[in-house]
Amino acid sequence: MIPIIYNVRSVVRRPVSTALTALGVGLVVAVFIGMLALANGFRAALVKTGSKANALVLRKGADSELSSGLGRDVASIIAADPHVATGPDGRPLVSPEVYVLIPLAKSFDTTQIANVVVRGISDQAWQVRNNVKITAGERPTSGRPEVCVGSRLTRRFPHTGIGQTLHFAGRDWTVKCHFSAAGSAFESEIWGENEQFMPVFRGDVFQSISFRLKDPAGFDEAQRSLQADKRMTVDVHRESEFYAQQSQLLSTILNFLAIMITGIMAVGAVFGAINTMYAAIASRAPEIGVLLTLGFRPASVLASFLAESAFIALIGGVLGCLFALPLNGIVTSTTNWSSFSEIAFSFRITPLLLLFGVAFALVMGVIGGFFPALRAARLQVVQALR
Amino acid sequence: MALVEIRDVYKSFQREEQRIDVFTGLTLDIEAGSFTALMGPSGSGKSTLLNLIAGLDKPTRGTVRVGGAAVSDMSPSQLAAWRARNIGFVFQSFNLLPVLTAAQNVELPLLLTNLSGKERNERVRIALDVVGLADRADHFPRQLSGGQEQRTAIARAIVADPTVMLLDEPTGQLDAKSSQEVLTLLQRLNTEFNKTIIIVTHDAHAAERAKTTLHLEKGDLIEKPRAPAMAAVR
Amino acid sequence: MKYLRLVLANLGRHKLRTILTIASVALALFLFASLRSVTTTLAATAQLGGARRLVTTNATGIVFVLPLSYGNRIKALPGVTGLSWANWFGGKYGDGKNFFANFAVDAESYLKLYPEFIIPPDQKAAFLKDRTGALIGKRLLRQFGWKVGQNVTLQGTIFPGDWTFTVDAVYTPSDPSLGDDALVFHHEYFDERIGRAGIAGWYIVEIDDPAHAPQIAKAIDDLFRNSSAPTKTGTEKEFQASFATMWGNVSFLMSTIGLAVVFAILLVTANAMMMSARERTGEIAVLKTVGFSDKLLFALTMVEAGAMALTGAAIGLGGAKLLYPAINFNGAGFLPGFKVATSTLIVGALVALGLMLASGLVPALRAARLPVVQALRHVE
Repeated sequence: MIPIIYNVRSVVRRPVSTALTALGVGLVVAVFIGMLALANGFRAALVKTGSKANALVLRKGADSELSSGLGRDVASIIAADPHVATGPDGRPLVSPEVYVLIPLAKSFDTTQIANVVVRGISDQAWQVRNNVKITAGERPTSGRPEVCVGSRLTRRFPHTGIGQTLHFAGRDWTVKCHFSAAGSAFESEIWGENEQFMPVFRGDVFQSISFRLKDPAGFDEAQRSLQADKRMTVDVHRESEFYAQQSQLLSTILNFLAIMITGIMAVGAVFGAINTMYAAIASRAPEIGVLLTLGFRPASVLASFLAESAFIALIGGVLGCLFALPLNGIVTSTTNWSSFSEIAFSFRITPLLLLFGVAFALVMGVIGGFFPALRAARLQVVQALR
Repeated sequence: MALVEIRDVYKSFQREEQRIDVFTGLTLDIEAGSFTALMGPSGSGKSTLLNLIAGLDKPTRGTVRVGGAAVSDMSPSQLAAWRARNIGFVFQSFNLLPVLTAAQNVELPLLLTNLSGKERNERVRIALDVVGLADRADHFPRQLSGGQEQRTAIARAIVADPTVMLLDEPTGQLDAKSSQEVLTLLQRLNTEFNKTIIIVTHDAHAAERAKTTLHLEKGDLIEKPRAPAMAAVR
Repeated sequence: MKYLRLVLANLGRHKLRTILTIASVALALFLFASLRSVTTTLAATAQLGGARRLVTTNATGIVFVLPLSYGNRIKALPGVTGLSWANWFGGKYGDGKNFFANFAVDAESYLKLYPEFIIPPDQKAAFLKDRTGALIGKRLLRQFGWKVGQNVTLQGTIFPGDWTFTVDAVYTPSDPSLGDDALVFHHEYFDERIGRAGIAGWYIVEIDDPAHAPQIAKAIDDLFRNSSAPTKTGTEKEFQASFATMWGNVSFLMSTIGLAVVFAILLVTANAMMMSARERTGEIAVLKTVGFSDKLLFALTMVEAGAMALTGAAIGLGGAKLLYPAINFNGAGFLPGFKVATSTLIVGALVALGLMLASGLVPALRAARLPVVQALRHVE
């Protein structure tokens, strides 16, 4: 084998060329990681929204909470259902909810209007959704026009500070608390009491009913029994699956974009790597001739140049990771067209994603180096030395 | 007035810490229509002298005049234009552009003139004819032998009808037979076409063909007039 | 022109390298054009809307409806010359994987307000007469293989049940940004099936003069200010723009990625050019000896870089310009009228020009500044 130090020195001897190629590869890797981190963050936000232990009831045929509608009678039927878990106080863990969208102007640019979810909950919701935690302030008091604001809204929308007043649906609402929900979509919502919201929005109707399953493994049984109930026409979803499904459209778009954009970029970068390696080999033909004369086998030369290309790409891969890392945690927002609501989520870079990025760089390097390395290995000694 | 006038030329190079003085007050005339061989050991300054005459390099001090023009005082762009009209340069390693055919290589200096495409083609044909390569016009350098490559390079040097031809070891990479062909060609150019030729060589056979031989040693000129007997042999 | 052969010969020296360089420039500009077109298409959609049309929605939010009784009161206002209303239906077809817009409209008045929908007169007449008829965009014909006269059934998501319509008419939008993938049907039929609830999702108000838009909008909102369903009225353009802003940072994201792409390719191309220029050090020295001036060699090297950059740009930009209409791309319905704008072509060409300058400059300067004697020593 040709010692790897030969390649490392060759790479170091042309610092500008190496730096340019590595930077190019690095940018591709950074975009690759960035796009996947975005899709990752979005999926994470929506998947975390639902709990496996919860079920979500919608009107039959409704594909989102927004298009659903359920009467008080349905809420009573479900509250009395034996599949519903009961809390320490003996009451069923059910939250019949009002779900609407309201237009809110953003802090940084008040002409930018977002459709924010306003969710009217029962006081049981805090137990049903056990990933929700109040981070500041106190729960709204029943019977009062008070709301609790999700942590992702507080920085992006005005009048969301504790004690401040939000104006929507023709009324003023006092912000009593802020809550977090483990990065889930709930953090992009405003919560208040369902009985307060019903009269000002759509009247005496709930959009969805969430409940805690007495036995999480018994979801299928609960679904069958509720959907078969002749007194109502409902669909019962496992909450986690429902929200994951809500993310499908947008995460498909994001994944498609990630693959298309980085795919095209990668092909461009591979072309560049091929060019660089061809030029490197052309200028080092005499050296290769010497190596072959000394008795190194063509296979060793091939391996050596592949290693050199991979080494440059590896530098690029690491650079790409470094470029991408600052993105981690940056909050961005868009409309989730499945639910028509605005959702904020953050770039989420995981170690696995970084590993993908480096592997991607290596693949680019090996593909980019293969044909030039093959040419080096096939050089005729006489030609090379001329 | 001589065609090439070298007056009190100093030339030194800085190599790392050391200063190397190549010429210290060289003065030399070369007449129009002459065929001069510059000889001398490595490092004697032969090639440097050729570069100074071609305006490729500048003296540290002193003047170099060619055909009355003060080469050593010209700006780089003036020099380039001047070279295109006055100098035909031939290298030891031919230095043809591998991507161009023989004819296209020969045409290069004419691109810098105002000649029309037709006129250029005509001049290229004549030049290739003179060097005996009319039938190789469309060959690429790699399809030619060493001798043919060098003759193409000579055609490139004469095509623009320069004032003086400068050749740096033109036979250094050629076998004996090709060398003879090239030297015969140079003699013909000198006698038939009255070209002024200056050739740097360390090959005695090559020097024999010249009318005058100048010996350089450590930057100094040692004139050794040709033995008349040897000229008579030819 | 006489130097052209020299440039071409140099480009042909390493054909593979030249082709790869051109191809990577082409890919970069294709991607650039595509990403920029997402931004310009979204912006164009936000610019849609007739100057003489106002849209009145429920002030509480776009998911809330208005009483149908508002229509007559709006129509009575001075300056109002026409009125129509519509309601979002949100039905899905088949497995629902192929989303398309569908809504109920007061057909006769709606088509009068929207001359942008171009419909064959006989089909239009048939649609207006048919209570359960539907008017569809021409894309849906292809997408689902529907035919005129066929019955199609949508499943209601907001308004439960199976809704069957007869495809009576097909429209082509006069402006592609309007989209050609909507299905509209009669509000009358809709109202009847949902039990005469008397609701309208939004009103479209035609006014006599665009200059009166602010006053009339205020007059409408004042009418209902103290009712149970206050309204919010604005120009149609504002209405459309509010949808465009819902994408949030998408435009910013696209332009950032576009920049990264261009920059990455720039680095790689510049590197390839510099490496091939370095190999030619000796030849450049020879040309200088022959009498080629520094300026000329600088120009020739730049032209070489420019030829590659511009060829790549022409392929990449031209490819994007031709490809998207050929595959009838509309971003799964999210980017109606997706097109590569002329401004994108111009910006792309400028990017290519910049690419040429940046990637050619270093080798060209090197060529121009190359000291001949030193370079020749390198060759000899």
